[in-house]
Amino acid sequence: MARDTTSDPLGNILSRIYRSIVPRSIIPKTDADRRRTILEFLVLHMRPVRVRRSTLRFTHTFGLGGMSLVLIGLLMASGILLMLAYDPSPEHAYQSILSIQDGMIFGATVRAVHHWSANILVAAALFHLLRVFFTGAYHGPRRFNWVIGLGLLIGILAANFTGYLLPWDQLSFWAVTICTGMLGYVPVIGEWLQAFARGGTEIGRGTLVLFYSFHTTVVPVVLIVLMAFHFWRVRKARGVVSPNPQDSQEDDDTEKVLTLPHLLVRELAVGLTLVAVVVLLAALFDAPLGAPANPGMSPNPAKAPWYFMGFQELQIHLEPLIAVVVLPVLGALGLVLLPYLHFDHEMSGPWFLSKTGRTTGALAAVVSLVVTPLLILIDEFWLQQVGGAGWLAVGAVAAGITAFAVFLSKKFKPEKAEFVQSLFILFMVAFAILTITGVWFRGPGMALVWPWIGGS
Amino acid sequence: MSTSEPTTRRSLLGKIWVGLGGLALLEGVWIVTDFLKPRKRQGSDKEAETLIVAGPIENFDPGSVTAFQQGRFYLARLEDGGFLALYRECTHLGCTVPWIGTEERFVCPCHASVFNIKGQVLSPPAPRPLDTFAVRIENGIVKVDTSRTLKRSSFSDSQVARS
Repeated sequence: MARDTTSDPLGNILSRIYRSIVPRSIIPKTDADRRRTILEFLVLHMRPVRVRRSTLRFTHTFGLGGMSLVLIGLLMASGILLMLAYDPSPEHAYQSILSIQDGMIFGATVRAVHHWSANILVAAALFHLLRVFFTGAYHGPRRFNWVIGLGLLIGILAANFTGYLLPWDQLSFWAVTICTGMLGYVPVIGEWLQAFARGGTEIGRGTLVLFYSFHTTVVPVVLIVLMAFHFWRVRKARGVVSPNPQDSQEDDDTEKVLTLPHLLVRELAVGLTLVAVVVLLAALFDAPLGAPANPGMSPNPAKAPWYFMGFQELQIHLEPLIAVVVLPVLGALGLVLLPYLHFDHEMSGPWFLSKTGRTTGALAAVVSLVVTPLLILIDEFWLQQVGGAGWLAVGAVAAGITAFAVFLSKKFKPEKAEFVQSLFILFMVAFAILTITGVWFRGPGMALVWPWIGGS
Repeated sequence: MSTSEPTTRRSLLGKIWVGLGGLALLEGVWIVTDFLKPRKRQGSDKEAETLIVAGPIENFDPGSVTAFQQGRFYLARLEDGGFLALYRECTHLGCTVPWIGTEERFVCPCHASVFNIKGQVLSPPAPRPLDTFAVRIENGIVKVDTSRTLKRSSFSDSQVARS
């Protein structure tokens, strides 16, 4: 600006350096300036200049995608700190966790931030998936972004699972034993796959090195790349899906407001609140740490991490091949192919799509909520006494699901999207109940217990 | 293909480049898989480390089960005097099964599978009997080769080592 180099040479060069990095005011005063600010900052230009006002309402998206990003940020920050003090070898891993917790300033809190962020991230990503599904935000230009999102979910689960082993305590050692044990049931390549995942035939040094390197390099890099791709695709689809079905196609500019400040202040508010919640949680509740890993003694009960507990619970009831191979593969295939099904009407916008969508969805939820616990109890107290749930029982459940589907389409004549949504809710609630049963209602020997009477 | 677009020097070179690129990619995949492959522990396949000398026969009473922590197995002596070395990992998901002496059976803490002294499944979900290690009896000394586990779908008398 001023060419007055003689009076304040140092200030001038500092201001030139500053201007070269930050070309304009971060807090612009006029709308024209705000537009340019959005365009000219690296982070901000991921956003469009203007967004639809109707998409800003918190209950439309619950800010779950943004929350996941904030959590990944927290995870990377706390993760780098932990990396500096952690020793990835079976002899020293547990000890190094102890010295982080006891010997370093705020060490336990940093570890707890990492722990809580990781667990909340799995939940936030899952809820984000549900939000996208239930507002029908997987049609048209969003098709492939749904698939990228599934990739991110797998990446997040991989990050969580590889991190689970690192403390090398009884909890992590046996959870990873059980989960990699499930891999052994994959036909033909199972044994090879299991040895691959364990870096040997048993959990040991090879496993720890493998998990540590994936946890700290491959998985975070993949997540960052996929996230950039994911956000860019959201931008290409003109922001998040509109809650009003009629304006899903045309681009009505009168409905739009400037991203800065309207969207950004909301994102900032959600992000900061989340950070506060995580830090508070971390300050109040330490990350769990059991006794040091002892390969000679399995704890009773030994459980998978909560996000895989549904599969472990399923294994108690069904043939391992069905529980850990057939059903998960079918589920994953269904999720990937969902946006590529042929929908006559690509319904999107309001929560649960429509009135019929809400009715059929609620019905599926209630049916699943009643039937799943009943099936668990029938299997536990009757079928397993007479030799386990055979193909007859599996066939009966399949027939029941088919009957429900036929009833739905006869009674409500739903659109395909509503029909698919209803079945999705049926399976989702069932899996949620299996997970809850496994986490809270299974005690020693995996027997059913009440969680408030001396369970785990 | 060649009828509509005759092969020119340029297109041939192009195909060679694509081919070479594919080859380089394959090589990359090969290197990555090789690095990921479970590493053999240095020198662990030497017989000295994997062959566990359990001791003389008379140390083990018929009907008894002795744990060998280092070898990760139980040496079971059946009532008829035969020996079986049972790998301690449950065949269901790999938890370590403790021997419950008072009940004379192995009970897995993870999913409550139960095995008898021969490793046979008394109660599922375990899909097959406990894996075994090969047992040799030389000059009245019991030796167990722990270099690899032997899977079996059912118990048969040929698995039992006798002096």
